Amino acid sequence: MQRRRVVLTGLGPATAFGLGIEPLWAALVEGRSALAPIRAFDASGFRAACGAELPESFDVKEFVLKSYRKATKVMARDIEIAVSAALTAVRDAGLTTRGTDPDSPPTIEPNRFGCQIGAGLIAADLDELTAALWTSKGEQQQFDAQKWGQQGMQDLTPLWLLKYLPNMLACHVTIIHDCQGPSNTITCNEASSGLSLAESQRVIERGAADACLSGGADSKLNPMAYLRQELANRLAHCPVDADATTAVRPFDPNAAGSLVGEGGGILVLEALDSALGRGARVLAMLSGTGASQSFCEDTVGLVPGANGESLADAIEAALRDAQLSANDIDAAIPYGCGVSAIDAIEADALSRVFGTRATTLPLVTLAPNIGATVAGFGAIAVAVAAKCVIEQRLPARLNSQCTPGVCAIAAASQSVALRHVLVFSPSLGGQNSAAIISRYESQGVA
Amino acid sequence: MSTRTDSHRVVVTGMGWITPLGHSIDATWQRLMRSESGMGPITRFDARTFPTTFAAEVRDYDVAKFVADARVHATAGLNSQFALGAASQAWAQSGLARHASLNRKRVGLYLGAGEGVLDFDQYAAANLAGWQDGATKLDAARWADVAHKCLEQMREVEQEPNMPLAHLAREFGIRGPALNCLTACAASTQAIGEAYSLILRGDADVMVSGGTHTMIHVLGVTGFNRLTALSTSKGDPTKASRPFDATRDGFVMGEGSGMVVLERLEHAIARGATPLAEVVGYGSSADAFRITDIQPEGRGGAASMHQALAQAGIDPLARRSDGRAAIDYISAHGTGTKENDSIETRGVKRVFGEHAKDIPMSSIKGMMGHLIAAAGAVEFITCILAIRDGMLPPTINYNTTDPELDLDYVPNVARKAKVDICLSNSFGFGGQNDTLVVKRYE
Repeated sequence: MQRRRVVLTGLGPATAFGLGIEPLWAALVEGRSALAPIRAFDASGFRAACGAELPESFDVKEFVLKSYRKATKVMARDIEIAVSAALTAVRDAGLTTRGTDPDSPPTIEPNRFGCQIGAGLIAADLDELTAALWTSKGEQQQFDAQKWGQQGMQDLTPLWLLKYLPNMLACHVTIIHDCQGPSNTITCNEASSGLSLAESQRVIERGAADACLSGGADSKLNPMAYLRQELANRLAHCPVDADATTAVRPFDPNAAGSLVGEGGGILVLEALDSALGRGARVLAMLSGTGASQSFCEDTVGLVPGANGESLADAIEAALRDAQLSANDIDAAIPYGCGVSAIDAIEADALSRVFGTRATTLPLVTLAPNIGATVAGFGAIAVAVAAKCVIEQRLPARLNSQCTPGVCAIAAASQSVALRHVLVFSPSLGGQNSAAIISRYESQGVA
Repeated sequence: MSTRTDSHRVVVTGMGWITPLGHSIDATWQRLMRSESGMGPITRFDARTFPTTFAAEVRDYDVAKFVADARVHATAGLNSQFALGAASQAWAQSGLARHASLNRKRVGLYLGAGEGVLDFDQYAAANLAGWQDGATKLDAARWADVAHKCLEQMREVEQEPNMPLAHLAREFGIRGPALNCLTACAASTQAIGEAYSLILRGDADVMVSGGTHTMIHVLGVTGFNRLTALSTSKGDPTKASRPFDATRDGFVMGEGSGMVVLERLEHAIARGATPLAEVVGYGSSADAFRITDIQPEGRGGAASMHQALAQAGIDPLARRSDGRAAIDYISAHGTGTKENDSIETRGVKRVFGEHAKDIPMSSIKGMMGHLIAAAGAVEFITCILAIRDGMLPPTINYNTTDPELDLDYVPNVARKAKVDICLSNSFGFGGQNDTLVVKRYE
């Protein structure tokens, strides 16, 4: 039986360069980095005081209808990013939804419209919580549960919990755009977005929806979430007066860690028949996905496996799913965060899949520009991959001076023939995700 | 029912429970059959002054009894510990451990596991250290100084919701697709549904699936108390959770894990495994309504039930040749909140019409509380046991009829019944609805 083809019809990345693919693409082609001292909180007490934040002008209220503005009060930053990215994607796809125009009929039937969003472990806003905890101190200035139960907890807004449940990203997005089809929230750290896109692909393939808002969002720029990144050995040493734009050097033996970028992306994934039926502009195809689990000597994957075998399995599963061979792949976007142990398994996976060609297969590295985007990564990378096959161009690469075994040395943007671009990421916890984005040609499979 | 080939049939070959009622399938099931309650005062922290002071806790649990080498799980949080116990039972029952030629790359994981428990005392200490009288903002540098000293690396890493995946993968050598979904109270029903879909698609031969969660901690109880979702009944905690009763006043928190091994039928048969039941339908929908309220007509729940029944080839409005309604039993979400139980009843009537009254529907949450992300998987297993034993678990504490709620809730005592096909519903905060249909393996 012919499989239902899944294509991308709308891109909504949200990064430090702003909302939408154009500002991100321009920065990547020009080789700009948004890494800078963190504004969200005083990060001087951490190993890295720099990261990549959404622009100061970002305001979620501009991305919801007036009738929904009140609900923005119960949105953690991660939710704000997802909500803003979703509207950006919906507009890019030319869709009418309840969130763009509540008085017009929606382009996609609500019960045929799904939503799969990857999310991180959302940390509570410490300003709000600590103001409440402060009234529940005991005599030794410690937390007193009895005072908290009696009175302190009353200082939290009744909907407090709903700011931080990971599925509230999808909850708000489904309410805003009236997506009544299958909806899910994947929480697998750096693999979250990639695995969400794969799930949307399966949902559309099996006919449970015609289109899905899919992707992920994450902001680690909160002291607690940020500390967890530091404790997971992710952060480079980067004090506030260092040059953060040169700090992240993926695949370079002198790489010394990563910096965090908040962001994510929502994409419109759509059945090809649905896209053609409504005369939509097809941007690219999601031609295959794959997933696997690594063996981690330390169980949790702080040290991400001894080698790239399982990550290579995920890439090979994606190739099989797309009915392609390794030779068909023209470029790849790895997680490429500049943490040596993670870079090493990515390089090993590439060499297992591509053999000697791994040394010449051009890589696209995003972390030097927008930081390591954790649960948001897969969606941003797939949006960039789509743009690569549309523009037939690779972005510039920054910072890395020597990248043995892989092709990731700093280079200017160049025009290249690109039919299939691979995106992949391993994760803390050992889950691996891979996806192949292909150039869309109206004759069908490229 | 549509004819499916063996490669397009998915069966359950193992199951396991770690619940407030016991640490095995048999122990828990027997207590459910006896209408026993797992509720008691909260012991994990001092909840004496909280609006809700009780919960259903897993007691006297030792993960070391379930795993090959406890050292590799030494830092596991409670969610991972519960998951290991339940999954080890399921794995043992499936017999996969003895299957020498098992291709571990064709074995996957799909869990609905919750976020881990905060290291709360240390966390609160760091927060208070970063605050001053009259402040409106945390002094993050001071916070970092204290947090670096008092928060431990592994304790923090283990809070990530994908850590139960890591522990189970390590324990069973799993190398296939691995995913965790966290859709609040619907998570593990959804996980099983998606795991089933992955096998149908051909992405794996075996999936270990289910849920694990505890929210019995300071901020968990706080969060649900602020939402006024929990029962605040005074007196005997075993009477606090009263699903479908007119006097119901909220749910009671439970904790634990339910895990199953799902397997492609031809794979199970080829290795001589015993199928326990067959999964035949899965549906998923979003209310897309409001962040706090359920769509009042039960639209979302009805949509997920309709999808699952359609996939199973079951017409909810038709009767079988022997006169029985289309389904023999519904495992309700049945939280015991005013809103859920009313709307769930409405949704079931919307789907089954006049037949709804003939289909027994019970909620085990009155006995073991609401296991949040783990609830759906635990309840899915009750459906399999109902088919196995021809017995339906009761809805306890059902004493006062709510005039609006006029279905057969299997009040107070377990019931003997002919059970071949069951439907299990889970609905989550945020409007997530998921349904599974499971039938006797033939």
